[in-house]
Amino acid sequence: MKVKGTVHKYGDNIDTDVIIPARYLNTTDPEELKLHCMEDIDAGFVNKVKPGDIMTGGKNFGCGSSREHAPIAIKSAGIACIIAESFARIFYRNAINIGLPIIESAPAVKAIKDGDIVEIDFDKGRIKVGDKVYNAPAFPQFIQDIISAGGLLKKTGAKNGL
Amino acid sequence: MGMTMTQKILAAHSGLDKVSAGQLIEADLDIVLGNDITAPVAINEFEKANLNNIYSKEKIVLVMDHFTPNKDIKAAEQCRRVREFAEKHQIVNFFDVGEMGIEHALLPEKGLVKAGDCIIGADSHTCTYGALGAFSTGVGSTDMAAGMASGKVWLKVPKAVKINLEGKFNANVSGKDLILHIIGKIGVDGALYKSMEFSGEGAANLSADDRLCVANMVIEAGAKNGIFPVDDKTIEYMKQAGAVDYKVFEADPDAEYDGEITVDLSALKPTVAFPHLPENTHPVDEITENIKIHQSVIGSCTNGRYEDMAAAANVMKGKKVAKGVRCIIIPATQKIYLECIKSGFAEIFIEAGAIISTPTCGPCLGGHTGILAAGERAVATTNRNFVGRMGHTTSEVYLASPYVAAKAAIKGYLGRDII
Repeated sequence: MKVKGTVHKYGDNIDTDVIIPARYLNTTDPEELKLHCMEDIDAGFVNKVKPGDIMTGGKNFGCGSSREHAPIAIKSAGIACIIAESFARIFYRNAINIGLPIIESAPAVKAIKDGDIVEIDFDKGRIKVGDKVYNAPAFPQFIQDIISAGGLLKKTGAKNGL
Repeated sequence: MGMTMTQKILAAHSGLDKVSAGQLIEADLDIVLGNDITAPVAINEFEKANLNNIYSKEKIVLVMDHFTPNKDIKAAEQCRRVREFAEKHQIVNFFDVGEMGIEHALLPEKGLVKAGDCIIGADSHTCTYGALGAFSTGVGSTDMAAGMASGKVWLKVPKAVKINLEGKFNANVSGKDLILHIIGKIGVDGALYKSMEFSGEGAANLSADDRLCVANMVIEAGAKNGIFPVDDKTIEYMKQAGAVDYKVFEADPDAEYDGEITVDLSALKPTVAFPHLPENTHPVDEITENIKIHQSVIGSCTNGRYEDMAAAANVMKGKKVAKGVRCIIIPATQKIYLECIKSGFAEIFIEAGAIISTPTCGPCLGGHTGILAAGERAVATTNRNFVGRMGHTTSEVYLASPYVAAKAAIKGYLGRDII
């Protein structure tokens, strides 16, 4: 799978409170959550994001609350992949579990500028920024199995004979 | 090479003699927790995947604590969704208004979590139960749904950071000052993906309430879990709570640690984390300019326990909350609320001009019961001070202990002379 899109670049420690403020957690509807995605750090984001765009962050992306509403809001806003220097662990799990592709690459993040067009080849683990190519580490087999099953619950369901 | 305390619990729950850092395992779960924000998403996913059966009626715990008593119609609908799911699946440990408390104060108090357990919860502060010698970590709603169906979770065995605690606190210094100090030292990703393993004579000197506060905030350093050795204090706490069948695990003497930190408790001072990250810590006596506050919040899963209420009451006895400050006190459970009444704390708080709320997470996450307007400042005993956490994006939260938050409420500001 390949994606190519325009980058929305953010800094270090992007927390789940700014990704989706708690005042909107009285709903579980992705269509409603996406309207408030990144609202407290970039109020213009929802108006400029296009399906297939890419988000980048610095260190510890998605820190804070365990709210799955955060990756759900980003995914339903149209973001095809997040590249960050590192992810907070609960966000990392949640993104994989809901099928939002994420990649860790500090060199790529450092090279990417807001508004750049970036191409990601997930099968080869490559991030292309202009003429430069960055390699990202592959997921462990266990995680690849979750992704190829179509998410954690499909894997759980298959195992339980459902 | 031996195993850490966390690694031993994980090995025992995955049917293995030995695990090592980085290994992927599937662990059996003693408790799967969710609340009124995260459980509705988990229930949606559970039903979408046609997972018709839960793995245990006793081991799933659902607590309606974030937007309760229902703050609006949508919040009421979310609670109803969880209530109906609990009824359908005959979930024993469903806690609604009247029985509920803030989940991470409630579960230890009810004896539902105990030493040696392996626990996941769809709430990041699920790491609290490490205070009792359990492996306990926060996950998202899909993990919760899978856990409810299978009783299992996939985990990567974490590396560990050893935190050696020496000495004893001086007066008016508490677990909150300790964990803020550590986060200030290592940063908000200082223990990313790792377990924080507390040990030493200083750990033994901490009260159970202080240990619960410290373990609660290890997530603010990015940790997967925090864990304390089990001792007489832990056993006494579990006995009082009616927890049975606990199991004591100890780290091997040759366990491998990816870094060690030593903290002398006697050198710690009351500490505050400035906006907008928990790592922006300053000892109160080094605050250079007085910071006017508009609100003081004393409560939350971090600091809403009996000792926290006692510390606040001790400061506020016979005093008045400063003009222009709203002081909101939230005992974390019904039991603690009742103890506040019986101990005379409730009278002290009301005489001082503070309000006492029913148990709720409310203002901590900017939900309700104390939202900040643009430019307003709060000192809070909560756990996060991110942009917009308690209200408007230009409002500010200063994290502190109940002692400091009560002092600031009386003075009307945070400053070096308040303590």
